[in-house]
Amino acid sequence: MTEQKYKFLSTPRRPVEDRRFVAGRGKFIADLDRPNMLHVAPLASHYAAAVINGIDASAALAMPGVVDVITGAELAAAVQPLMNGLNTPNVRRFPLAVDRVRYAGEWVCAVVAESRALAEDALEKIIVDATPQPFILDAEAALLDTSAPVHPEHGSNLLLDRKFVWGPVDDDFDAAAHSLSFSVTWGRNSTVPIETFGVLAEWNGWDQMLDIWASIQMPKYADQIARSLDLPGNAIRVHYDVDVGGSYGVKRGIKHSVLVGYIARKLGCSVRLIEDRLENMRAGDAHGPERKFDITIAFDQDGTVRSMKMRALDNAGAYAGRAPFQLGKPISAIVGPYQINSVAYHALSVTTNKTVQEAVRGFGQAPTNYAIETAMDRVAEYLGMDRLALRQKNLIRKDQFPYLIPSGSYYDSGDYHAVVDKVLTAADYPAMLAERDRLRDAGMMAGIGIAACLEPSGGNSSFEPLLNQSNQTSTWMESCQVNIDALGKVTARIHTTSSGQGHETLVSTVLGEVMQIDPELIRITRPNSLESLPGNSPVGSRMAIMLGGAAARAGEKLKAKIMAIAAHRLGVAIDELRYEGGDVLANDGRRLAWDEMVELAHRQYHNLPDGMDPGLASFDIMQVPTGDALPVDDKVQMYPCYSFEFHLLLVSFDPIIGRPDIHSYFIGHDCGTVINPAIVSGMTYGGIAHGIGAALFEEFAYDTNGQLLTQSFLDYLMPSSHEVPAIQIVKHCTPSPHTVFGQKGSGESGYLGAPAAVSGAINDAVSGLGIHFEKLPIRMSAISDAIAAKTS
Amino acid sequence: MNDVTLTINGKPVSGVTEPRVTLLDFLRDVAGLKGTHAGCEHGVCGACTVLIDGTAVRSCLMLAVQAEGEDIITIEGIGGSGARAGELGVIQDAFCETHGLQCGYCTPGMILAAEALLSVNTDPTEHEVREAISGNICRCTGYVQIVDAILLAAKRLGQRNDAAPSDANLVWGLNS
Repeated sequence: MTEQKYKFLSTPRRPVEDRRFVAGRGKFIADLDRPNMLHVAPLASHYAAAVINGIDASAALAMPGVVDVITGAELAAAVQPLMNGLNTPNVRRFPLAVDRVRYAGEWVCAVVAESRALAEDALEKIIVDATPQPFILDAEAALLDTSAPVHPEHGSNLLLDRKFVWGPVDDDFDAAAHSLSFSVTWGRNSTVPIETFGVLAEWNGWDQMLDIWASIQMPKYADQIARSLDLPGNAIRVHYDVDVGGSYGVKRGIKHSVLVGYIARKLGCSVRLIEDRLENMRAGDAHGPERKFDITIAFDQDGTVRSMKMRALDNAGAYAGRAPFQLGKPISAIVGPYQINSVAYHALSVTTNKTVQEAVRGFGQAPTNYAIETAMDRVAEYLGMDRLALRQKNLIRKDQFPYLIPSGSYYDSGDYHAVVDKVLTAADYPAMLAERDRLRDAGMMAGIGIAACLEPSGGNSSFEPLLNQSNQTSTWMESCQVNIDALGKVTARIHTTSSGQGHETLVSTVLGEVMQIDPELIRITRPNSLESLPGNSPVGSRMAIMLGGAAARAGEKLKAKIMAIAAHRLGVAIDELRYEGGDVLANDGRRLAWDEMVELAHRQYHNLPDGMDPGLASFDIMQVPTGDALPVDDKVQMYPCYSFEFHLLLVSFDPIIGRPDIHSYFIGHDCGTVINPAIVSGMTYGGIAHGIGAALFEEFAYDTNGQLLTQSFLDYLMPSSHEVPAIQIVKHCTPSPHTVFGQKGSGESGYLGAPAAVSGAINDAVSGLGIHFEKLPIRMSAISDAIAAKTS
Repeated sequence: MNDVTLTINGKPVSGVTEPRVTLLDFLRDVAGLKGTHAGCEHGVCGACTVLIDGTAVRSCLMLAVQAEGEDIITIEGIGGSGARAGELGVIQDAFCETHGLQCGYCTPGMILAAEALLSVNTDPTEHEVREAISGNICRCTGYVQIVDAILLAAKRLGQRNDAAPSDANLVWGLNS
């Protein structure tokens, strides 16, 4: 029997957060009431585009319980535009529409009242005089000179137009035996948490302090509120002890927050805005990428893929938001897990009269993976080669790590072939093929989906300087504070909100491992932003690496201090001591117990080494590993760690009905050292469920008038327990050389490959009919219509 | 305004409310029980699920005045309360054991849906579990560990010495 490497890490342990949630004792934003709190309801635009001639709110203001009506004109005179990170000064965005509306549902003005119900009643009394304007919904059309710009002051709809060439693309295309071109489109969807976004702001004029509670997951949130409201940074106090009811990237209601922050300060009150579902869907500004890919790929007769040209056109919606940068993250894994020698990448982002995008799980990586995996399937089809064999031929080999990809990032570690082999064994691939053929013989359409992809993790903001050369940000840190109190108990502080990722479990487990203390005995707190060290929140699958790393390093610092105290007390050199279960043992057999060292540190300054500060406290502010440079020649190391996943599934459907039934789903997953197995598995299952939604059901669909059609859960369909099958995870561990325990990220796992895999399975099922589904989601109706058109 | 009197977690509760107020808002704003969550407010997501006479009901689709005289169990009625706060019911404990949740927002509704199932079916199949929670949307878990939790809870309940649970006996913390 081999000795277990870790005592607490990678062992099955209950996440500590779960207890309060199963009892309904989470502290969500809508659960917070403040005395005399006011409520906000925004008025939504009926038009996709219109000029606002005037707003008559007099009847609303005359209603009992109505306190104020805020307009965009008032707000624009009082607050700074919201930041977007691009050099587009004339694409200005305020929380409320200013002079013109740019999408259906955009907030025109906001009623402040004593209850939400009264505020909603008052909305019906507001008269907006508006003149409809031409609008544009399609991204390709938005590029045309003849199309009206969504922001006339900007002069066009183009937000981002960057061409990259990494490696000898022309030479590789010339040398390749074949090339093929195709287009695929990723439909507009999002993570759509069950909790909508909410924020509560409270201004205290005597303290000159704006307190904020929000269901937020956003880097630099407090800073952005301060900038917009022209307040000092230390006049914004964001409370991090709010539980966030799901986010997966999108809970970044900066416009909501600036709006209520302004109202709170103007009226000297507490004020809360909780989106209802309709507001969330159409104007929460939390849609995800909508992206068309045009791909040409060069390859040899033996299946070697040499080079790829990718044009990615993203439909940002009415304001820049985070949309353009979601074209940036995929640069860090632009060749997927494959040995592709060169890439030309043309990233385009345009404004249209649709809802604004926000960061969505994977930050653009899932759409790109879908495009790359579709390319692999198309090459195999072209060559008449097995899809699996083609991938195995092109996968980066274990002996090639660290592997430098053309766009400048090194992949840290991996054993992709081993993961694939494990999955094929676990799934009994020959039996799966036989079952597919049996289903086909029985008259069903049946297909197998295969997808391999990477999860870049340890998120930083390297895509910002890469896409915007005036941005010089390389710092992207996370931090942790640890205190051992005078009774010897450990408390750690973390400096962000959490939306289900289990950060309290992460930190207590890591600290317990480092300090050899039962994690159950370690308490984790979430102070407010003014009592916090700098951090950048859970984005880009970074917290296991960054928060786990900072916690481990803070623990190591405390251990070092404890060792120094013990060495001084025992009169020996530190290297004659060892740390064991919280106690310190000398080579001569003497032992100093934990409680004795706590006593020394807290009460016996006279027995501490000269110059040592009393107490037992430490902190660590950790920079993202490998994040030490700005881009040079359009290349930079973007993420430190690359997790690998390999999906394999069997789908069938009736050719007339076209409703996909997933028979079995396997995923091989390698995210390095796992901190908590149940948390990692849960994220992976959930990511796959979300990916099944993106592949088959979920889309923010607009009609020709620019109205959002799918604005309730009756229309925007999310997978239920019937649509998500039992999923088998096949685990593998290739530690990262860049992290404290070898851990990599897993917060986006499953979602990054599931859409590609499900699409591949559907396409395999209809391959005999010569059908290619080239757009996600692939709805039942699309399947049955396509088959009917081919067979009737 | 209307007077409403009903029984929540075994205790009588009275309140004055507008006829348009949903049972969900009444529970949260009048009774002060914040464990019942608003997700869609149009009856699809199940985050607002409560038990009325043992049946899982969406409290966003029912007006408070319609609940007059009803016997309602919310998540606060499951597990220990008061001095016994912190004591988990069997189903709650199973959700912790399998990590059948992440953000915790849909969790109260899921647990009440599971309570409703296990009160009438003590040995459900996986398919029956999936059917029972198919009206509750979870965006975090992909349901896998939720299904595991409910099957585990069924197994543990089946191994108890006392009889299979029924109706209000599901309120473990109040009756045990």
